[in-house]
Amino acid sequence: MFDSLSDRLSQTFATLRGKGRLSDKDIEQTCTEIREALLEADVALSVVNGVVEKVRERSVGVQVTPGLNPSQQIITIIYEELVAVLGGAARRITLAKRPPTVIMLAGLQGAGKTTLAGKLAMWLKREGHTPLLVACDLQRPNAVEQLSQVAKQVGVPIFSPEPGNGVGDPIKVARDGVELARTKLHDVVIVDTAGRLGVDAELMNQASKIRDAISPDEILFVVDAMIGQDALTTAEAFRDGVGFTGVVLTKLDGDARGGAALSLSSVIGKPIMFASSGEKLSDFDLFYPERMAQRILGMGDVASLAEQAKRAIGGDEIEAMEAKFASGQDFTLTDFLKQMQGLKQMGSMSKILGMLPGAAAMKKQIADIDESEIVRVEAIIQSMTPLERENPKILNGSRRARIAQGSGRKVSEVNSLMERFTGAQKMMRQMAKGGMPQLPPGMKMPMGMGGAMGQGMGPGMGQGMGQGMGALGGGFGAGKQTPQKKKSKSGNPAKRALEEGR
Amino acid sequence: MFNGSGRLFRRREKLEPSQKFGRRLRAIFTSGKLDQAEWDELEATLLGADVGTNATRSILADMRERMSRKDEPVEALRATLLAALACEQSRDIELRKSADGTPRVMLIVGVNGAGKTTSVGKLAHLAVEEGAQVVIAAADTFRAAATEQVETWAKRAGAQLISGEPGGDPAAIAFDAVKSAKESGADLVLVDTAGRLHTKVDLMNELGKVRRVVEKGAAVDEILLVLDATTGQNGLTQAKVFGDAVALTGVILTKLDGSARGGIIIAIQQELGIPVKFVGLGEGIDDLAPFDAELFVEGILS
Repeated sequence: MFDSLSDRLSQTFATLRGKGRLSDKDIEQTCTEIREALLEADVALSVVNGVVEKVRERSVGVQVTPGLNPSQQIITIIYEELVAVLGGAARRITLAKRPPTVIMLAGLQGAGKTTLAGKLAMWLKREGHTPLLVACDLQRPNAVEQLSQVAKQVGVPIFSPEPGNGVGDPIKVARDGVELARTKLHDVVIVDTAGRLGVDAELMNQASKIRDAISPDEILFVVDAMIGQDALTTAEAFRDGVGFTGVVLTKLDGDARGGAALSLSSVIGKPIMFASSGEKLSDFDLFYPERMAQRILGMGDVASLAEQAKRAIGGDEIEAMEAKFASGQDFTLTDFLKQMQGLKQMGSMSKILGMLPGAAAMKKQIADIDESEIVRVEAIIQSMTPLERENPKILNGSRRARIAQGSGRKVSEVNSLMERFTGAQKMMRQMAKGGMPQLPPGMKMPMGMGGAMGQGMGPGMGQGMGQGMGALGGGFGAGKQTPQKKKSKSGNPAKRALEEGR
Repeated sequence: MFNGSGRLFRRREKLEPSQKFGRRLRAIFTSGKLDQAEWDELEATLLGADVGTNATRSILADMRERMSRKDEPVEALRATLLAALACEQSRDIELRKSADGTPRVMLIVGVNGAGKTTSVGKLAHLAVEEGAQVVIAAADTFRAAATEQVETWAKRAGAQLISGEPGGDPAAIAFDAVKSAKESGADLVLVDTAGRLHTKVDLMNELGKVRRVVEKGAAVDEILLVLDATTGQNGLTQAKVFGDAVALTGVILTKLDGSARGGIIIAIQQELGIPVKFVGLGEGIDDLAPFDAELFVEGILS
């Protein structure tokens, strides 16, 4: 719904090429665009003004050279500023010298505390800890029941002596829970508390009593990534009412830009420690400032796209496919179909493409994508015999006629699909020969995804998308974590600017 | 038909926190003429209330026009905000079965944690108080203990509950609820759906299916999006995507009792024309009031 900042700036700078230096008016215009973009990302107004001032100072010296796009230079500046703010206070969870480490969760109603308690428990368990969950939300109907079920799902013990629904003393439960952990030798205790409003003095008071009873090592403030301008007020109320040592951002699987992250890091000065992003209890990760900065700026979320792809297609399948190509086997229509189906699970084609950096340049094509094209391609492939799918070369005229009839398409459509498939196959062969840049862990794109995307799109799209995916490959290399030596100049200007700006 | 504006009036004290907004605006207008600093302050107040850049811009433009006609600032602002909240669609809701005896059906949808189940409980209570016989469909079969939670609310409200197995088909449960309501001659079926982020295509499709299946039993009268008042600009996207999936008829704005001001509803109403029908004002079963634009703005400005 919102234009990303890079789109806006591209428009602003469209007439600028060839000028030696940004004029005051250009900078003014730029600042307005940045301000609006950050506000649309729900960054708190006071924080927006601060960032805009910094960018203004740094923009004065920006040279407009024919080869470089000034909007990308400005974006690099903003990106650096955002990463600096977001990452400035980054740290990981502090474990107590004498176990158990006590972690208390606090936040507004509906922020996702109970789900998060389960995710955190699972994450800690995987890290080799022996967490205990303590059910202190005795307020919300059946919160205790929910936490019990979550505990069961992740296989972590729970202490829930009170039924909840308004019955029981949460302070006593918290104290007894920590005591139990001590005797049963659990090294981490996660205390789930009732959601409360910042303005609710009574509940805030209760939370601070729980805090005093168990003296937690970490108090995590759980906040919904969709929160708007109220983020600061709420965080301040919690900071003053209960105090917290770190922030967890939830529901990052939505498309909210999550500007609250910036507001919290900048004003409250507490680190954002975890990012939670999905319905499954395993959808939980450490917080990466770079990803968040890109997200706030709407720069295309390559990392998330890659993760979604991995999730949709399944890690095992990706590995199997990679092994297959590594061993020199060819890319077949069966692989093509599998990828296509994986793509379909990730959502609409236009949404997926919209996540790519540089999507702005293809806006019109993206809007024109015929979503049912995938269905038609699927029908055609499914009308082939297994033998034909594995050996597309045998597809002669009569086979093609049969396939066209079976799938209810025209022979010309079968032909054009085969042409596009052959293109994808070529690309895959090149990649198998080492054309694919080394990807950092956790950011693997299923091989050939690009082929499927580029070729599945129908006439006119193939070419552009092939390049778009080239950009994806380059984009991977642009992240901070990647020691990329190859001078893979990204096809995408935003990424290239970032690479060069470093 | 039900449009109990008196109810919001009774619960006005609950709107107290959002009145800061109004007080602040009144404080801004110290004189009959506005200088740049005052315009800036007004803009900051609107942006700070999550009204969003586009809606803020149009509100300010409208306000300038009224001011140029020499309107008094507070009056101009009241008129501007009322105009921004004006809606062609009615905010009224039918709680009693139609003349031919078919129950009214409401689908309650929204993202995770917005307050759907609580709103269903409050709506059920409100309808029962108005003399309606209510059936609740526990169609959130996904979240742990969601059925138990809505069961507690159903008991409190005095509504009948139709539920299924965890992980079961929500459409089937909703359909069963409608069927049961028809048999027992109930007035209203409230379908509590699972929270879903609007970015999950499969889940949005599932919502469409729930609607289609329910419609085999009875027409769906209302599809209400539950929106947390703390939601920022993403609320507009939510309303748009949910609207595309199931054609929303209205919004329930929840958690308006906190410090959040829910300004995003102005953008939703302006850009999408979806009216806010109810506001949630607290954790009690009685804390749901029909939205009334005039009283809302009155509350903002008093």
